[in-house]
Amino acid sequence: MVGEGILKGLAETARNFFGSYVSKDRLTTVQYPEQREPQIEATRDFPFLVYDGADWQQGMRCVACQICEKECPPKCIFIEKSKDKKPDAFGKMQIYPATFNIDISVCMSCQICVEVCPFDAIKMDVEYHQSSDDRFGALLLNKQRLSKSNEYYNAIHPTEASAVDAQRAEELAKLEAKAKAAAEVKAAAEAKAAADANPALNASPQQPAGDPQ
Amino acid sequence: MSTATLAAASLNLEPANESGMDQLLEIAMGPQHPSTHGVFRMNVVLDGERVVRLKPVFGYLHRNHEKIAENETYLGSMPYTDRLDYMCPLTNNWAYALAVEKLAGIQVPERAEYLRVITGELTRLQNHTCLIGFLMQDMGASGTPLMYAFRQREIILDLFEALTGARMMCNYMRFGGCRVDLPAGWLDQAKKVVAGFPRFLDEYESLLVSNEILMDRTQDVGVLSKELAISAGISGPMARASGVDYDIRKVDHYSIYDRFAFRVPLGSHGDVYDRFMIRLLEMRESVNILQQAMRDIPEGPIVDPKTKIRGFRPKPGEAYGRIEGPKGELGFYLVSDGSPNPYRYRVRPPSLINLTILEDLCLGRNVADIVVILGSIDIVMGEVDR
Repeated sequence: MVGEGILKGLAETARNFFGSYVSKDRLTTVQYPEQREPQIEATRDFPFLVYDGADWQQGMRCVACQICEKECPPKCIFIEKSKDKKPDAFGKMQIYPATFNIDISVCMSCQICVEVCPFDAIKMDVEYHQSSDDRFGALLLNKQRLSKSNEYYNAIHPTEASAVDAQRAEELAKLEAKAKAAAEVKAAAEAKAAADANPALNASPQQPAGDPQ
Repeated sequence: MSTATLAAASLNLEPANESGMDQLLEIAMGPQHPSTHGVFRMNVVLDGERVVRLKPVFGYLHRNHEKIAENETYLGSMPYTDRLDYMCPLTNNWAYALAVEKLAGIQVPERAEYLRVITGELTRLQNHTCLIGFLMQDMGASGTPLMYAFRQREIILDLFEALTGARMMCNYMRFGGCRVDLPAGWLDQAKKVVAGFPRFLDEYESLLVSNEILMDRTQDVGVLSKELAISAGISGPMARASGVDYDIRKVDHYSIYDRFAFRVPLGSHGDVYDRFMIRLLEMRESVNILQQAMRDIPEGPIVDPKTKIRGFRPKPGEAYGRIEGPKGELGFYLVSDGSPNPYRYRVRPPSLINLTILEDLCLGRNVADIVVILGSIDIVMGEVDR
């Protein structure tokens, strides 16, 4: 019968129309911005810099190694190294970025900077309300605007951040153990040197401060 | 044929009434036309309603993809491949990763192969869903089928976002595997989506397949003969709708496709209706593959540990990696001279090659059919122009 197919199709639209009153998967509309869908954890848009502790300048993890700047496909990162050094989270003296700019009008959110960063310093943000009427100033993020705390990182990507934190804690523990072992070895060597104080000529060569195992 | 030749040919259209045919009308459809799937122009010469000549003009979205890739590291052009066929980023990633793996001789772990198949087939589902929605929109079925298609597609894109971090610009595959493992609960969610997909297909089919208007608009329209399909290098669902039994998943056995039982649907008429039906049938087969893959996926590493992310330099040589993308044969040809960036990088885009026969399909048809035929080819201008 001519028209049978059309009627069948209309029955389908009717099912969807009435179904939308009872079934959530037939009515998926969300009244943005009043209602918002919960954000998916893995979501990424633009990079930000992670800092530990309360002060963004002191706790900045970035050591201005410029790997992300080199690897960034659209070359949207600009870094200038500092002249002086500051201690990083592991207590080692490191240089830090004097300038760190990301032009998010160029950034394509590919996450390659995050993958190549050996210091877990750059991560992907989820903040998508970036619209502005200032095309150049507002979309060129400087070091201060890029810096966000580790707590913020933990809040937006809990699984990933806790894995990173655990890894860093392990590294720190390892370093501390190493430092402690080195100190013990040094103390033992000093004690030994003090014990056979006189024959200073054949003093044992300084032991390497290696792994305690 | 290069874009330049086509553009030149389009400018050299002779005066419309040279062969004694008067009343010919030359019009430009596009580039800003909602039915052109992007910025694409067709210079059409019409005799009344009939198409006498049609010249496709493209290049409006050209962004030098291949040359950019030659100045990028191998990894650096991975995110750019997302932007080729922006409807299906994961298959683009896959084809590129496959070419580089061939070039550098990298093995892919088992689990990563499964992840690739799962994401690739999900991509095929969402691409075909969308395509049918767009085709209906082109045909004048404003809204309803497209909205149903997009509703379903969004569910799959949510899966992509949960896995890769982005709905469309996934940047997920890496040389020798994938970037991240499945997050907790992802597989269950995906199983649920795939299990619900046949119901969507049933509904969609009862909405459209036997619709008389659709049949009138599509049957015997834009017939592509088997011979022309083969000689023009047409691939993918378009070739199969013309009865060409050519599916690279079956021909090349790339990745782990020989482990799954699935059929390759073939059309017999090669018209728009067959192309539409082929996609519906292919989606059912994809659901099949997905169910098998999600059942069998093993534990294990997801990336070859020997592959470096930075300082990746394959030894000199060349390689061509190709996969059965949702639109056809998607291939990447790479020449390495041992430096960190490819010496030559070439994409074989299925959309472009399938588009080359547009004139043959449209000659003698009405203007309104052009839109439908173009819609059934399934093009994405990001891939055509590169």
